[in-house]
Amino acid sequence: MSFISINNVWKSYGDNQVLERLNLNVEQGEFVSMVGASGCGKSTFLNLLLGREQVSKGSISLDGELLKSEPDAERGIVFQKYSVFPHLTALQNVMIADEFSQAKLVGWTFGRRKKAIKQKALEFIEAVGLTPAINQYPHQLSGGMQQRLAIAQALMKSPKVLLLDEPFGALDPGIRSDMHTLIRDIWQKNKLTIFMVTHDIKEGFELGSRLWVFDKLRDDPHAPQAYGAQVTFDIPLRSHAQKQQAQQLIKQVGTQSS
Amino acid sequence: MKKLMNIKPSKALAIFLSILPFVLIFFVYWGASSERLAENPNDKLLPSFEQIYKAIDRLALTENKRTGEYLFWQDTSASLYRISVGISLSAVTGLTIGLLTGLIPLARSGLSPLITFISLVPPMAILPILFISFGLGELAKIMLIFIGTAPVMIRDMQSRVLQLPAEQLIKAQTLGASSWLVAIRVVLPQILPRLLASMRLSLGAAWLFLIAAEAIAAQEGLGYRIFLVRRYLSMDVIFPYVIWITLLAFLMDYLLRKTSERAFPWYHSIESGK
Ligand SMILES: Nc1ncnc2c1ncn2[C@@H]1O[C@H](COP(=O)(O)OP(=O)(O)OP(=O)(O)O)[C@@H](O)[C@H]1O
Ligand SMILES: [Mg+2]
Repeated sequence: MSFISINNVWKSYGDNQVLERLNLNVEQGEFVSMVGASGCGKSTFLNLLLGREQVSKGSISLDGELLKSEPDAERGIVFQKYSVFPHLTALQNVMIADEFSQAKLVGWTFGRRKKAIKQKALEFIEAVGLTPAINQYPHQLSGGMQQRLAIAQALMKSPKVLLLDEPFGALDPGIRSDMHTLIRDIWQKNKLTIFMVTHDIKEGFELGSRLWVFDKLRDDPHAPQAYGAQVTFDIPLRSHAQKQQAQQLIKQVGTQSS
Repeated sequence: MKKLMNIKPSKALAIFLSILPFVLIFFVYWGASSERLAENPNDKLLPSFEQIYKAIDRLALTENKRTGEYLFWQDTSASLYRISVGISLSAVTGLTIGLLTGLIPLARSGLSPLITFISLVPPMAILPILFISFGLGELAKIMLIFIGTAPVMIRDMQSRVLQLPAEQLIKAQTLGASSWLVAIRVVLPQILPRLLASMRLSLGAAWLFLIAAEAIAAQEGLGYRIFLVRRYLSMDVIFPYVIWITLLAFLMDYLLRKTSERAFPWYHSIESGK
Protein backbone atom coordinates (compact mmCIF):
# COMPACT_ATOMS: atom_id res chain seq x y z
CA MET A 1 0.00 0.00 0.00
CA SER A 2 1.31 3.41 -0.95
CA PHE A 3 1.79 6.27 1.49
CA ILE A 4 -0.89 8.31 -0.23
CA SER A 5 -3.32 6.61 -2.53
CA ILE A 6 -5.94 8.41 -4.51
CA ASN A 7 -8.65 6.05 -5.72
CA ASN A 8 -10.96 7.15 -8.50
CA VAL A 9 -11.45 10.64 -7.07
CA TRP A 10 -14.03 12.98 -8.60
CA LYS A 11 -14.75 16.49 -7.44
CA SER A 12 -17.50 18.82 -8.55
CA TYR A 13 -18.99 22.09 -7.35
CA GLY A 14 -22.64 21.92 -8.34
CA ASP A 15 -22.69 21.48 -12.12
CA ASN A 16 -19.04 22.33 -12.40
CA GLN A 17 -17.07 19.09 -12.75
CA VAL A 18 -13.57 20.13 -11.66
CA LEU A 19 -11.61 16.90 -11.30
CA GLU A 20 -12.39 13.40 -12.51
CA ARG A 21 -11.03 9.85 -12.44
CA LEU A 22 -7.90 10.57 -10.47
CA ASN A 23 -6.00 7.37 -9.71
CA LEU A 24 -2.61 8.13 -8.27
CA ASN A 25 -0.18 6.73 -5.75
CA VAL A 26 2.53 8.69 -3.98
CA GLU A 27 5.31 7.26 -1.83
CA GLN A 28 6.74 8.85 1.27
CA GLY A 29 9.48 11.36 0.44
CA GLU A 30 8.29 12.23 -3.05
CA PHE A 31 8.16 15.83 -4.23
CA VAL A 32 5.24 16.22 -6.61
CA SER A 33 5.15 19.37 -8.72
CA MET A 34 1.78 20.16 -10.25
CA VAL A 35 1.18 22.35 -13.27
CA GLY A 36 -1.84 23.08 -15.41
CA ALA A 37 -3.97 25.85 -16.87
CA SER A 38 -5.50 28.40 -14.54
CA GLY A 39 -8.81 27.20 -13.14
CA CYS A 40 -8.22 23.53 -13.95
CA GLY A 41 -8.43 22.44 -10.31
CA LYS A 42 -4.92 22.37 -8.85
CA SER A 43 -5.87 24.29 -5.73
CA THR A 44 -8.99 22.18 -5.46
CA PHE A 45 -6.81 19.08 -5.45
CA LEU A 46 -4.66 20.51 -2.64
CA ASN A 47 -7.80 21.39 -0.71
CA LEU A 48 -8.88 17.77 -0.98
CA LEU A 49 -5.55 16.60 0.41
CA LEU A 50 -5.80 19.23 3.13
CA GLY A 51 -9.29 18.15 4.18
CA ARG A 52 -10.70 21.62 3.54
CA GLU A 53 -12.86 20.18 0.73
CA GLN A 54 -14.40 16.72 0.49
CA VAL A 55 -14.27 14.40 -2.51
CA SER A 56 -17.52 13.97 -4.44
CA LYS A 57 -16.68 10.38 -5.38
CA GLY A 58 -13.81 8.03 -4.59
CA SER A 59 -11.41 8.13 -1.66
CA ILE A 60 -8.00 9.34 -0.56
CA SER A 61 -5.99 7.50 2.05
CA LEU A 62 -2.92 8.63 3.93
CA ASP A 63 -0.64 6.06 5.57
CA GLY A 64 -3.24 3.33 5.14
CA GLU A 65 -6.07 5.30 6.73
CA LEU A 66 -8.84 7.32 5.15
CA LEU A 67 -7.89 10.99 5.06
CA LYS A 68 -9.34 13.06 7.91
CA SER A 69 -12.08 15.35 6.67
CA GLU A 70 -10.77 18.52 8.31
CA PRO A 71 -7.36 20.22 8.41
CA ASP A 72 -5.05 18.97 11.16
CA ALA A 73 -1.39 18.87 12.13
CA GLU A 74 -0.61 15.91 9.83
CA ARG A 75 -0.71 18.13 6.78
CA GLY A 76 1.07 21.47 6.71
CA ILE A 77 0.30 24.18 4.19
CA VAL A 78 1.87 27.31 2.76
CA PHE A 79 -0.54 29.45 0.74
CA GLN A 80 0.42 32.09 -1.78
CA LYS A 81 -0.46 34.73 0.83
CA TYR A 82 -2.22 35.21 4.20
CA SER A 83 -0.24 32.30 5.60
CA VAL A 84 1.13 34.04 8.68
CA PHE A 85 -0.66 35.77 11.54
CA PRO A 86 -0.46 39.57 11.23
CA HIS A 87 -0.84 40.20 14.97
CA LEU A 88 2.19 38.13 16.00
CA THR A 89 5.90 38.81 15.56
CA ALA A 90 7.96 36.41 13.46
CA LEU A 91 9.10 34.53 16.57
CA GLN A 92 5.58 34.35 18.02
CA ASN A 93 4.29 33.17 14.64
CA VAL A 94 6.55 30.13 14.82
CA MET A 95 6.18 29.53 18.56
CA ILE A 96 2.40 29.47 18.35
CA ALA A 97 2.60 26.12 16.57
CA ASP A 98 3.86 24.37 19.70
CA GLU A 99 1.89 26.50 22.10
CA PHE A 100 -1.25 25.17 20.44
CA SER A 101 -0.31 21.61 21.36
CA GLN A 102 1.26 22.28 24.76
CA ALA A 103 -1.26 24.73 26.20
CA LYS A 104 -4.56 23.38 25.00
CA LEU A 105 -6.56 25.45 27.47
CA VAL A 106 -4.91 28.85 27.81
CA GLY A 107 -3.06 28.93 24.49
CA TRP A 108 0.04 30.53 26.03
CA THR A 109 3.05 28.89 27.66
CA PHE A 110 5.24 30.29 30.42
CA GLY A 111 8.55 29.72 32.11
CA ARG A 112 10.67 26.74 31.21
CA ARG A 113 8.20 25.32 28.71
CA LYS A 114 8.07 28.60 26.87
CA LYS A 115 11.86 28.70 26.81
CA ALA A 116 12.05 25.24 25.25
CA ILE A 117 9.54 26.19 22.57
CA LYS A 118 11.41 29.41 21.88
CA GLN A 119 14.63 27.44 21.46
CA LYS A 120 13.03 25.12 18.94
CA ALA A 121 11.37 28.00 17.10
CA LEU A 122 14.68 29.85 16.84
CA GLU A 123 16.25 26.80 15.21
CA PHE A 124 13.60 26.71 12.50
CA ILE A 125 13.81 30.46 12.02
CA GLU A 126 17.55 30.10 11.64
CA ALA A 127 17.02 27.35 9.05
CA VAL A 128 14.98 29.70 6.87
CA GLY A 129 17.40 32.58 7.48
CA LEU A 130 15.09 34.92 9.39
CA THR A 131 17.09 35.27 12.60
CA PRO A 132 17.62 39.05 12.21
CA ALA A 133 13.86 39.61 11.90
CA ILE A 134 12.49 37.62 14.83
CA ASN A 135 10.87 40.61 16.50
CA GLN A 136 9.25 42.06 13.43
CA TYR A 137 5.60 41.84 12.47
CA PRO A 138 4.68 40.27 9.11
CA HIS A 139 3.76 43.59 7.52
CA GLN A 140 7.33 44.72 8.18
CA LEU A 141 8.70 41.72 6.26
CA SER A 142 9.08 41.40 2.50
CA GLY A 143 6.99 38.88 0.55
CA GLY A 144 9.85 36.39 0.43
CA MET A 145 10.51 36.70 4.14
CA GLN A 146 6.83 36.14 4.89
CA GLN A 147 6.86 32.95 2.82
CA ARG A 148 9.98 31.72 4.61
CA LEU A 149 8.27 32.44 7.89
CA ALA A 150 5.24 30.45 6.77
CA ILE A 151 7.52 27.53 5.92
CA ALA A 152 9.25 27.67 9.31
CA GLN A 153 5.82 27.74 10.94
CA ALA A 154 4.63 24.67 9.02
CA LEU A 155 7.83 22.74 9.80
CA MET A 156 7.38 23.14 13.58
CA LYS A 157 4.75 20.40 13.54
CA SER A 158 6.88 18.02 11.45
CA PRO A 159 3.90 17.30 9.19
CA LYS A 160 3.82 14.07 7.19
CA VAL A 161 2.78 16.01 4.13
CA LEU A 162 3.58 19.58 3.14
CA LEU A 163 1.26 21.30 0.68
CA LEU A 164 2.46 24.37 -1.19
CA ASP A 165 0.05 26.40 -3.33
CA GLU A 166 2.11 28.67 -5.57
CA PRO A 167 4.29 29.53 -2.60
CA PHE A 168 6.74 31.59 -4.63
CA GLY A 169 4.30 33.02 -7.16
CA ALA A 170 4.63 36.57 -5.86
CA LEU A 171 8.42 36.60 -5.58
CA ASP A 172 10.99 37.99 -7.99
CA PRO A 173 13.37 35.56 -9.77
CA GLY A 174 16.42 36.16 -7.55
CA ILE A 175 14.59 35.43 -4.32
CA ARG A 176 12.83 32.54 -6.00
CA SER A 177 16.06 30.67 -6.61
CA ASP A 178 17.10 31.23 -2.96
CA MET A 179 13.77 29.78 -1.93
CA HIS A 180 14.30 26.79 -4.21
CA THR A 181 17.56 25.97 -2.48
CA LEU A 182 15.86 26.37 0.88
CA ILE A 183 12.89 24.15 0.11
CA ARG A 184 15.07 21.46 -1.48
CA ASP A 185 17.28 21.35 1.63
CA ILE A 186 14.27 21.15 3.91
CA TRP A 187 12.70 18.43 1.79
CA GLN A 188 15.81 16.25 1.86
CA LYS A 189 16.63 16.80 5.54
CA ASN A 190 13.13 16.15 6.87
CA LYS A 191 12.16 13.36 4.43
CA LEU A 192 8.97 15.30 3.73
CA THR A 193 6.36 14.41 1.17
CA ILE A 194 5.64 17.61 -0.71
CA PHE A 195 2.91 18.63 -3.14
CA MET A 196 3.61 21.93 -4.86
CA VAL A 197 1.39 23.81 -7.30
CA THR A 198 3.28 26.12 -9.60
CA HIS A 199 2.67 28.16 -12.73
CA ASP A 200 6.33 28.03 -13.60
CA ILE A 201 6.99 24.74 -15.37
CA LYS A 202 10.75 25.24 -15.02
CA GLU A 203 10.33 25.50 -11.26
CA GLY A 204 8.31 22.30 -11.38
CA PHE A 205 11.08 20.46 -13.19
CA GLU A 206 13.81 21.83 -11.01
CA LEU A 207 12.31 20.96 -7.66
CA GLY A 208 10.09 17.97 -8.20
CA SER A 209 10.91 14.29 -8.10
CA ARG A 210 7.77 13.88 -10.13
CA LEU A 211 5.68 16.23 -12.26
CA TRP A 212 1.94 16.08 -12.79
CA VAL A 213 0.22 17.95 -15.60
CA PHE A 214 -3.47 18.63 -15.02
CA ASP A 215 -5.59 18.91 -18.14
CA LYS A 216 -8.97 18.00 -19.55
CA LEU A 217 -8.90 14.88 -21.73
CA ARG A 218 -12.51 15.30 -22.70
CA ASP A 219 -13.83 18.72 -23.55
CA ASP A 220 -17.21 19.82 -24.86
CA PRO A 221 -16.93 23.39 -26.16
CA HIS A 222 -20.67 23.89 -25.63
CA ALA A 223 -20.52 22.76 -22.00
CA PRO A 224 -17.07 23.61 -20.63
CA GLN A 225 -18.10 22.58 -17.13
CA ALA A 226 -19.31 19.11 -18.03
CA TYR A 227 -15.94 17.35 -17.80
CA GLY A 228 -13.19 17.60 -15.23
CA ALA A 229 -9.43 17.69 -15.43
CA GLN A 230 -7.23 14.64 -14.96
CA VAL A 231 -3.52 14.13 -14.53
CA THR A 232 -2.61 13.73 -18.20
CA PHE A 233 1.15 13.43 -17.72
CA ASP A 234 2.90 11.82 -14.76
CA ILE A 235 6.61 12.36 -15.39
CA PRO A 236 9.26 10.86 -13.10
CA LEU A 237 12.17 13.22 -12.40
CA ARG A 238 14.18 11.28 -9.84
CA SER A 239 17.42 11.09 -11.77
CA HIS A 240 19.24 13.71 -13.76
CA ALA A 241 18.76 11.67 -16.94
CA GLN A 242 15.02 11.58 -16.41
CA LYS A 243 14.93 15.32 -15.94
CA GLN A 244 16.79 15.92 -19.18
CA GLN A 245 14.61 13.47 -21.03
CA ALA A 246 11.50 15.19 -19.77
CA GLN A 247 12.79 18.62 -20.68
CA GLN A 248 13.55 17.36 -24.16
CA LEU A 249 10.02 16.04 -24.43
CA ILE A 250 8.52 19.36 -23.37
CA LYS A 251 10.61 21.18 -25.95
CA GLN A 252 9.38 18.85 -28.69
CA VAL A 253 5.75 19.26 -27.67
CA GLY A 254 6.30 23.01 -27.55
CA THR A 255 7.73 23.21 -31.07
CA GLN A 256 5.03 20.96 -32.47
CA SER A 257 2.13 22.90 -31.06
CA SER A 258 3.48 26.34 -32.00
CA MET B 1 -0.04 78.35 -10.15
CA LYS B 2 -0.84 74.83 -8.99
CA LYS B 3 -4.29 73.35 -9.24
CA LEU B 4 -6.34 74.00 -6.10
CA MET B 5 -6.56 70.30 -5.28
CA ASN B 6 -2.77 70.05 -5.15
CA ILE B 7 -2.11 72.95 -2.81
CA LYS B 8 -1.29 71.64 0.66
CA PRO B 9 -1.21 74.06 3.61
CA SER B 10 1.97 74.35 5.68
CA LYS B 11 1.75 73.15 9.27
CA ALA B 12 1.31 76.64 10.70
CA LEU B 13 -1.32 77.55 8.13
CA ALA B 14 -3.16 74.29 8.80
CA ILE B 15 -3.35 75.07 12.52
CA PHE B 16 -4.44 78.64 11.83
CA LEU B 17 -7.16 77.46 9.43
CA SER B 18 -8.46 74.90 11.89
CA ILE B 19 -8.76 77.46 14.70
CA LEU B 20 -10.23 80.18 12.52
CA PRO B 21 -13.86 78.96 12.41
CA PHE B 22 -13.97 78.66 16.20
CA VAL B 23 -12.70 82.21 16.64
CA LEU B 24 -15.20 83.48 14.08
CA ILE B 25 -18.10 81.79 15.84
CA PHE B 26 -16.91 83.25 19.13
CA PHE B 27 -16.95 86.79 17.79
CA VAL B 28 -20.22 86.41 15.93
CA TYR B 29 -21.83 85.14 19.11
CA TRP B 30 -20.30 87.94 21.14
CA GLY B 31 -21.55 90.58 18.77
CA ALA B 32 -25.06 89.14 18.52
CA SER B 33 -25.31 88.64 22.26
CA SER B 34 -24.23 92.18 23.21
CA GLU B 35 -26.57 93.63 20.62
CA ARG B 36 -29.59 91.77 22.01
CA LEU B 37 -28.66 92.53 25.61
CA ALA B 38 -28.27 96.23 24.81
CA GLU B 39 -31.83 96.24 23.51
CA ASN B 40 -33.26 94.18 26.35
CA PRO B 41 -31.09 93.45 29.41
CA ASN B 42 -33.42 90.60 30.41
CA ASP B 43 -33.04 88.74 27.17
CA LYS B 44 -32.33 85.04 27.80
CA LEU B 45 -31.67 83.70 24.35
CA LEU B 46 -28.02 84.71 23.95
CA PRO B 47 -26.51 85.21 27.43
CA SER B 48 -23.29 87.18 27.74
CA PHE B 49 -20.04 85.43 28.58
CA GLU B 50 -20.25 86.96 32.03
CA GLN B 51 -23.66 85.42 32.62
CA ILE B 52 -22.42 82.07 31.38
CA TYR B 53 -19.42 82.28 33.68
CA LYS B 54 -21.70 83.03 36.62
CA ALA B 55 -23.81 79.99 35.81
CA ILE B 56 -20.71 77.80 35.64
CA ASP B 57 -19.49 79.25 38.90
CA ARG B 58 -22.83 78.59 40.54
CA LEU B 59 -23.11 74.98 39.35
CA ALA B 60 -19.53 73.76 39.21
CA LEU B 61 -17.45 75.83 41.60
CA THR B 62 -19.69 76.49 44.61
CA GLU B 63 -21.11 73.75 46.75
CA ASN B 64 -24.82 73.39 47.23
CA LYS B 65 -25.61 74.79 50.68
CA ARG B 66 -28.19 72.14 51.45
CA THR B 67 -26.39 68.99 50.29
CA GLY B 68 -22.76 70.14 50.25
CA GLU B 69 -22.37 68.83 46.71
CA TYR B 70 -21.43 70.38 43.40
CA LEU B 71 -24.34 69.96 40.97
CA PHE B 72 -22.23 70.03 37.83
CA TRP B 73 -19.83 67.33 38.97
CA GLN B 74 -22.66 65.25 40.34
CA ASP B 75 -24.36 65.39 36.93
CA THR B 76 -21.10 64.59 35.19
CA SER B 77 -20.28 61.56 37.30
CA ALA B 78 -23.84 60.19 37.06
CA SER B 79 -23.83 60.47 33.27
CA LEU B 80 -20.31 59.13 32.86
CA TYR B 81 -21.15 56.15 35.05
CA ARG B 82 -24.21 55.30 32.97
CA ILE B 83 -22.57 55.68 29.61
CA SER B 84 -19.40 53.81 30.50
CA VAL B 85 -21.21 50.88 32.09
CA GLY B 86 -23.64 50.77 29.17
CA ILE B 87 -21.02 50.86 26.46
CA SER B 88 -18.71 48.42 28.28
CA LEU B 89 -21.55 45.92 28.59
CA SER B 90 -22.21 46.32 24.88
CA ALA B 91 -18.56 45.84 24.07
CA VAL B 92 -18.22 42.65 26.11
CA THR B 93 -21.43 41.26 24.65
CA GLY B 94 -20.51 42.30 21.13
CA LEU B 95 -17.13 40.67 21.44
CA THR B 96 -18.26 37.33 22.84
CA ILE B 97 -21.39 36.84 20.76
CA GLY B 98 -19.83 38.29 17.61
CA LEU B 99 -16.83 36.00 17.96
CA LEU B 100 -19.06 33.02 18.59
CA THR B 101 -21.38 33.63 15.65
CA GLY B 102 -18.52 34.64 13.38
CA LEU B 103 -16.42 31.57 14.01
CA ILE B 104 -18.96 28.83 14.73
CA PRO B 105 -21.43 28.18 11.88
CA LEU B 106 -23.84 26.40 14.24
CA ALA B 107 -24.03 29.47 16.49
CA ARG B 108 -24.42 31.69 13.45
CA SER B 109 -27.39 29.72 12.15
CA GLY B 110 -28.99 29.79 15.57
CA LEU B 111 -28.43 33.41 16.55
CA SER B 112 -27.92 35.53 13.43
CA PRO B 113 -31.58 35.99 12.45
CA LEU B 114 -32.49 36.86 16.03
CA ILE B 115 -29.70 39.43 16.30
CA THR B 116 -30.69 41.01 12.99
CA PHE B 117 -34.27 41.18 14.20
CA ILE B 118 -33.35 42.76 17.55
CA SER B 119 -31.06 45.29 15.90
CA LEU B 120 -34.00 46.54 13.84
CA VAL B 121 -36.17 47.29 16.89
CA PRO B 122 -36.02 51.07 17.46
CA PRO B 123 -34.59 51.36 21.00
CA MET B 124 -36.52 54.54 21.81
CA ALA B 125 -39.77 52.73 21.08
CA ILE B 126 -39.09 50.22 23.83
CA LEU B 127 -37.95 52.80 26.36
CA PRO B 128 -41.35 52.67 28.11
CA ILE B 129 -40.97 48.90 28.40
CA LEU B 130 -37.55 49.40 29.98
CA PHE B 131 -38.93 51.92 32.47
CA ILE B 132 -41.79 49.58 33.32
CA SER B 133 -39.65 46.51 33.74
CA PHE B 134 -36.47 47.98 35.24
CA GLY B 135 -37.95 50.91 37.16
CA LEU B 136 -36.83 54.50 36.91
CA GLY B 137 -33.37 53.86 38.40
CA GLU B 138 -29.98 53.40 36.83
CA LEU B 139 -30.71 50.01 35.29
CA ALA B 140 -33.29 51.25 32.78
CA LYS B 141 -30.92 53.94 31.45
CA ILE B 142 -28.01 51.53 31.18
CA MET B 143 -30.25 49.01 29.46
CA LEU B 144 -31.34 51.60 26.91
CA ILE B 145 -27.71 52.35 26.03
CA PHE B 146 -26.99 48.63 25.94
CA ILE B 147 -29.93 47.74 23.72
CA GLY B 148 -29.22 50.69 21.48
CA THR B 149 -25.57 49.83 20.87
CA ALA B 150 -25.03 46.10 21.49
CA PRO B 151 -26.74 44.62 18.38
CA VAL B 152 -24.71 46.87 16.08
CA MET B 153 -21.52 45.84 17.83
CA ILE B 154 -22.39 42.16 17.70
CA ARG B 155 -23.01 42.40 13.97
CA ASP B 156 -19.88 44.42 13.44
CA MET B 157 -17.74 41.91 15.34
CA GLN B 158 -19.32 39.00 13.51
CA SER B 159 -18.59 40.53 10.13
CA ARG B 160 -15.02 41.30 11.22
CA VAL B 161 -14.48 37.65 12.10
CA LEU B 162 -15.96 36.56 8.78
CA GLN B 163 -13.61 38.94 6.98
CA LEU B 164 -10.51 37.22 8.34
CA PRO B 165 -8.86 35.32 5.48
CA ALA B 166 -9.93 31.66 5.53
CA GLU B 167 -6.27 30.82 4.95
CA GLN B 168 -5.41 31.99 8.46
CA LEU B 169 -8.01 29.81 10.15
CA ILE B 170 -6.93 26.81 8.09
CA LYS B 171 -3.28 27.48 8.80
CA ALA B 172 -4.01 27.51 12.53
CA GLN B 173 -5.74 24.15 12.24
CA THR B 174 -2.78 22.66 10.40
CA LEU B 175 -0.66 23.82 13.34
CA GLY B 176 -2.85 21.73 15.62
CA ALA B 177 -5.25 24.35 17.01
CA SER B 178 -8.72 23.46 18.31
CA SER B 179 -11.73 25.74 17.74
CA TRP B 180 -11.15 27.23 21.19
CA LEU B 181 -7.48 27.98 20.50
CA VAL B 182 -8.30 29.49 17.11
CA ALA B 183 -10.84 31.70 18.90
CA ILE B 184 -8.55 32.99 21.64
CA ARG B 185 -5.21 33.14 19.85
CA VAL B 186 -6.04 33.89 16.23
CA VAL B 187 -9.43 35.57 16.13
CA LEU B 188 -9.71 37.42 19.44
CA PRO B 189 -6.48 39.44 19.22
CA GLN B 190 -7.31 40.42 15.67
CA ILE B 191 -10.80 41.72 16.42
CA LEU B 192 -9.92 43.54 19.66
CA PRO B 193 -8.65 46.65 17.85
CA ARG B 194 -11.77 46.54 15.74
CA LEU B 195 -13.87 46.36 18.89
CA LEU B 196 -12.30 49.60 20.08
CA ALA B 197 -13.06 51.17 16.70
CA SER B 198 -16.61 49.93 16.95
CA MET B 199 -16.94 51.41 20.45
CA ARG B 200 -15.76 54.77 19.13
CA LEU B 201 -18.43 54.70 16.44
CA SER B 202 -21.10 53.68 18.95
CA LEU B 203 -20.33 56.53 21.34
CA GLY B 204 -22.53 58.96 19.42
CA ALA B 205 -25.53 56.67 19.69
CA ALA B 206 -24.74 55.97 23.34
CA TRP B 207 -24.84 59.68 24.21
CA LEU B 208 -28.08 60.05 22.32
CA PHE B 209 -29.74 57.28 24.30
CA LEU B 210 -28.27 58.49 27.58
CA ILE B 211 -29.56 62.02 27.19
CA ALA B 212 -32.96 60.80 26.02
CA ALA B 213 -33.32 58.53 29.03
CA GLU B 214 -32.15 61.22 31.44
CA ALA B 215 -34.50 63.76 29.91
CA ILE B 216 -37.47 61.50 30.59
CA ALA B 217 -36.77 60.17 34.05
CA ALA B 218 -33.82 61.01 36.30
CA GLN B 219 -32.80 62.95 39.38
CA GLU B 220 -29.38 63.93 38.11
CA GLY B 221 -27.26 63.76 35.00
CA LEU B 222 -26.11 66.10 32.26
CA GLY B 223 -29.12 65.40 30.05
CA TYR B 224 -31.48 65.74 33.00
CA ARG B 225 -30.06 69.17 33.89
CA ILE B 226 -30.37 70.51 30.37
CA PHE B 227 -33.99 69.49 30.10
CA LEU B 228 -34.74 70.76 33.60
CA VAL B 229 -33.43 74.28 33.06
CA ARG B 230 -35.09 74.48 29.66
CA ARG B 231 -38.26 75.49 31.52
CA TYR B 232 -36.56 78.67 32.70
CA LEU B 233 -34.95 79.31 29.29
CA SER B 234 -31.56 79.10 31.06
CA MET B 235 -29.35 79.26 28.01
CA ASP B 236 -26.52 80.29 30.33
CA VAL B 237 -26.58 76.74 31.75
CA ILE B 238 -27.49 74.85 28.60
CA PHE B 239 -24.60 76.24 26.53
CA PRO B 240 -21.78 75.21 28.86
CA TYR B 241 -23.42 71.83 29.45
CA VAL B 242 -23.62 71.13 25.73
CA ILE B 243 -20.00 72.16 25.24
CA TRP B 244 -18.99 70.00 28.21
CA ILE B 245 -20.83 66.96 26.81
CA THR B 246 -19.11 67.51 23.48
CA LEU B 247 -15.75 67.72 25.21
CA LEU B 248 -16.41 64.55 27.16
CA ALA B 249 -17.43 62.73 23.99
CA PHE B 250 -14.26 63.93 22.30
CA LEU B 251 -12.15 62.84 25.26
CA MET B 252 -13.63 59.35 25.35
CA ASP B 253 -13.05 58.97 21.62
CA TYR B 254 -9.48 60.18 22.02
CA LEU B 255 -8.78 57.78 24.89
CA LEU B 256 -10.14 54.81 22.96
CA ARG B 257 -8.03 55.71 19.96
CA LYS B 258 -4.86 56.13 22.01
CA THR B 259 -5.49 52.86 23.86
CA SER B 260 -5.87 51.09 20.55
CA GLU B 261 -2.67 52.59 19.15
CA ARG B 262 -0.74 51.65 22.27
CA ALA B 263 -2.06 48.11 22.55
CA PHE B 264 -2.21 47.13 18.87
CA PRO B 265 0.65 48.82 17.02
CA TRP B 266 0.63 46.14 14.29
CA TYR B 267 -3.01 46.93 13.49
CA HIS B 268 -2.46 50.64 13.10
CA SER B 269 0.59 50.34 10.94
CA ILE B 270 -1.26 47.94 8.62
CA GLU B 271 -4.25 50.29 8.49
CA SER B 272 -2.17 53.38 7.79
CA GLY B 273 -0.29 51.51 5.07
CA LYS B 274 -3.51 50.75 3.21
N1 LIG C 1 -15.31 26.82 -3.13
C1 LIG C 1 -15.65 26.72 -4.43
N2 LIG C 1 -16.95 26.76 -4.80
C2 LIG C 1 -17.30 26.66 -6.10
N3 LIG C 1 -16.45 26.51 -7.11
C3 LIG C 1 -15.15 26.46 -6.83
C4 LIG C 1 -14.67 26.57 -5.47
N4 LIG C 1 -13.32 26.50 -5.48
C5 LIG C 1 -12.97 26.37 -6.77
N5 LIG C 1 -14.05 26.33 -7.57
C6 LIG C 1 -14.04 26.15 -9.04
O1 LIG C 1 -13.20 25.06 -9.32
C7 LIG C 1 -12.44 25.31 -10.48
C8 LIG C 1 -10.98 25.07 -10.21
O2 LIG C 1 -10.51 26.03 -9.30
P1 LIG C 1 -9.05 25.97 -8.68
O3 LIG C 1 -8.93 27.12 -7.73
O4 LIG C 1 -8.81 24.63 -8.12
O5 LIG C 1 -8.14 26.21 -9.95
P2 LIG C 1 -6.55 26.29 -10.04
O6 LIG C 1 -6.12 25.20 -10.94
O7 LIG C 1 -5.97 26.34 -8.68
O8 LIG C 1 -6.36 27.68 -10.75
P3 LIG C 1 -5.21 28.76 -10.55
O9 LIG C 1 -4.03 28.24 -11.29
O10 LIG C 1 -5.76 29.99 -11.20
O11 LIG C 1 -4.97 28.92 -9.09
C9 LIG C 1 -12.77 26.71 -10.94
O12 LIG C 1 -13.69 26.62 -12.01
C10 LIG C 1 -13.42 27.34 -9.75
O13 LIG C 1 -14.41 28.23 -10.16
MG1 LIG D 1 -4.96 27.87 -7.46
